[in-house]
Amino acid sequence: MLDTISALPGSPEPGSAPAAAGRAPHGHSPWLSFAIRRGGGILLSGGLLIVVTFFMVPLIPGDPAVAVAGADATKVQIDAIRESLGLNLPLGTRFIDYLTGIFTGHLGESFAYHQSVASIIATKLPFTATLAACGIIIVLIVSIPLGMLVGILTHGSRNRWLDVGFGTLTGFFQAVPQYVMATILVVIFGITLAVLPVAGAGSPASIVLPVAALSIAPICSVSRVVRRETATVLEQDFMRTARGHRLAAVRLYARHALPNLLTTALTLSGLVLSGMLGGAIIIETVFSWPGLGREVIAAIVNKDYPVIQGIILVLGAMAIVINLLIDIVLGAIDPRTLGGKTHV
Amino acid sequence: MSESATRLRRFRWTPGLIVGIVLMSAVLLAAIIAPFTHSGAAETLTANTSRGPSSSHPFGTDGLGRDVLARSLVAARLTLEMTAATTLIAVVLGIAIGTLVWIAPRTLREVVLRVIDAAVAFPNLIFALLIAAILGRGTWSAVFAIAIASIPAFARLTSNMASAITHRNFVTTARLLGVPAPRIITRHLLPNMAEPLLVLTATVFATTLIDLSSLSFVGLGVQSPEYDFGSLLNDALVNIYSQPAQAIAPAIMITITGLGAMLMGDGLAAASNPRGGRRFMSLRRASEVPAPFVDDDPLVRIDNLSVLSATGKPLVKGVSLEIERGEILGLVGESGSGKSLTAMSLARLLPDELSMSASILRLGDIDLRRKCDPRRLAIEIGLVYQDPGTTFNPAIRMGPQLTEVKRVHGRAGGKRATTEMVAALASMKITKPELRMRQHPHELSGGMLQRSMIASSLCTDPTLIIADESTTALDVTVQAEVLRQFKRINRDQGTAILFISHDMGVVQALCDRVAVMKDGEIVERLTGAQLAAGEATHPYTKALIAASPGNWARRDALPATTEMETIR
Repeated sequence: MLDTISALPGSPEPGSAPAAAGRAPHGHSPWLSFAIRRGGGILLSGGLLIVVTFFMVPLIPGDPAVAVAGADATKVQIDAIRESLGLNLPLGTRFIDYLTGIFTGHLGESFAYHQSVASIIATKLPFTATLAACGIIIVLIVSIPLGMLVGILTHGSRNRWLDVGFGTLTGFFQAVPQYVMATILVVIFGITLAVLPVAGAGSPASIVLPVAALSIAPICSVSRVVRRETATVLEQDFMRTARGHRLAAVRLYARHALPNLLTTALTLSGLVLSGMLGGAIIIETVFSWPGLGREVIAAIVNKDYPVIQGIILVLGAMAIVINLLIDIVLGAIDPRTLGGKTHV
Repeated sequence: MSESATRLRRFRWTPGLIVGIVLMSAVLLAAIIAPFTHSGAAETLTANTSRGPSSSHPFGTDGLGRDVLARSLVAARLTLEMTAATTLIAVVLGIAIGTLVWIAPRTLREVVLRVIDAAVAFPNLIFALLIAAILGRGTWSAVFAIAIASIPAFARLTSNMASAITHRNFVTTARLLGVPAPRIITRHLLPNMAEPLLVLTATVFATTLIDLSSLSFVGLGVQSPEYDFGSLLNDALVNIYSQPAQAIAPAIMITITGLGAMLMGDGLAAASNPRGGRRFMSLRRASEVPAPFVDDDPLVRIDNLSVLSATGKPLVKGVSLEIERGEILGLVGESGSGKSLTAMSLARLLPDELSMSASILRLGDIDLRRKCDPRRLAIEIGLVYQDPGTTFNPAIRMGPQLTEVKRVHGRAGGKRATTEMVAALASMKITKPELRMRQHPHELSGGMLQRSMIASSLCTDPTLIIADESTTALDVTVQAEVLRQFKRINRDQGTAILFISHDMGVVQALCDRVAVMKDGEIVERLTGAQLAAGEATHPYTKALIAASPGNWARRDALPATTEMETIR
């Protein structure tokens, strides 16, 4: 999929690092301009997230107060609830309340549980964060060496069949949706072989299947990108220079090729990696993983708006953090990316 | 007319594209036919609940006794309808936003693009959850949720493409002529983006399919009694322990549909992208002709060197050369004449896909046709390439790159190598050498980079320097300085140089002997003195001399300007 997008005009050129916005003036750390530029981006993303989640409740058809009070509540009860929820205050005041709530950690009360949203999130967040973090790390650890290895072995028209086999297999497995993969893994490893736990988060082994289900498709798409970037980088003049230094294979590829192909590969994979957060939410259902995903789906079914609002805020913040981490890693690998845009 | 004809000819039917079309057609067929033929089996409740696979129910029955295979086939219709509707909404709105921003006032455009950028950073599913929360559960709510969530990415890619087109001349002209904005979009922007937009649409279709079925799978999409692939799999999950087979049919259907859509997207992209071409042919290295070992008087001996391309086309045809110790040999010819390939054969740096054979290929006592000691190669051959802007690794600081050979092969510690390199840079008249060592290549000028490259290639005291068009990319003053450095090295250290150029003026000033190459063969050999005296006899050599910037005075020696153009 990414191969398609990156082949289109307007996306970053493979092999070339994202254009640097001129040279950094001497004496100024490029990280400073990075911090300013990226800080602006974070403010904008965060602001968008807050505004959108705030308007979620006013946009909901029907009256949230009715939803809380239940079907057979009297008008007086509904009015009282509306008053207590602050729904009859002007929109501006409510927005300021919402904003101060976010920064003081008060995200409201759950309609369904009579528990604060913050405490629900606090108990569920670690599970989703663990799942997403393990998944992303596994994807990077597996797909970068795999893609590079295939790229090197098939370079210069060698090993045609490896090339075709790799393309077919990864193409197939990236087309299998993560929750289908999850179901298949449950059937194979949980039920038929019965070697791994398939539900809950009771033991360390219980994370194996969720992470596998979450990672297989992204491993395929990212390793395809890495494989193609490897092919592009190996064609570059500076690789000939490095070959002219007559280095051992490990040094040649790890020192000279890796940093260059990582830049574009990570830029193109940024969306895949932050998209894994979405995958994690779906995967939780299959494995009864007690994280934010199952909670938010239950909240949508129950029309528990403060919980939905709070969880979407937290998930959005996690996506922002993942994107930021990718940019920081990119900057550390190749300082030229600090000056310019890195994400599509 | 002719353009569309060439485009048709260029369209490549890759196996992936064909498989993708076949799979999608099969699913489409199921979507059209199955609701008429199988809806009875799919929706009638029977007493045969939760049966395993049997001859009448190949994939078993569900908890209400309905045939799983029939349901999976019938579900194709709703799934495809939803996916198509979602894709349509996302594509139409995405294109509208992506193109409209380019005719909007600048400030509005900046704001919209920034907001889109910020929105793209969030996974689709987070948006989708939000919209599902507002609209409630259900088929249409899922369609709108995924459609709206897909818009930012599509708008972003469309606006990137539109941006490239709006800066082209014909659009600028149209705007200056006062062509109304909607007409600019329909007449100029869209036709020029049609192809990539089609590819992108196929891609969006594939991701949309997965996202929609994900929503149904977690219970937020299609609600009973309607069913799509995702909700079927959700039903199966409930019974997964008692009846795992129930999950198989919907899983296969989702995978086939997703795979089909994805292969079509990739196939269309590959078909419209000439870069992605792959030739299928086996490749064999040309066998090496065994050669007698001859006396090792000259430093370099090349005898009967041939280089073949991957398709078997001869690029270098039996070239023979010798370079004496301390000699500067010029190898001249236009680009494509095979001079660089000859030099890279000597350096053992030919691209992998080329094959090389020679009767003799020797540097000192090293037989370069066989596996060589990398350490000796690294130390004895210094290399200076054409474009200093691309020959340095952009991700590594100058210091480690310049001292790498010394550290890896010269058995020198990092500190000593650095000190030596700083001195070498200073001798190449590079200012602030300590600072340069800490900088990245993009922070140095082309001339500085090339002088650094020369300094680096010299640091191991090589016996041969191969300079491949080393002065071509430099401006004239820097060029003169670099040439002086080569001359100095050759004089002071007795290093032999193979100097490749297409500039006769430069070669004449520098080289002891000159070999002229054309179409993979050496057509004339001269001494530097003969060249300077104008004793070249081959018409090609004469044409090269006339074309050289340093020899404008001799331009009138050319028979006709047309010949000059053929050379250029």
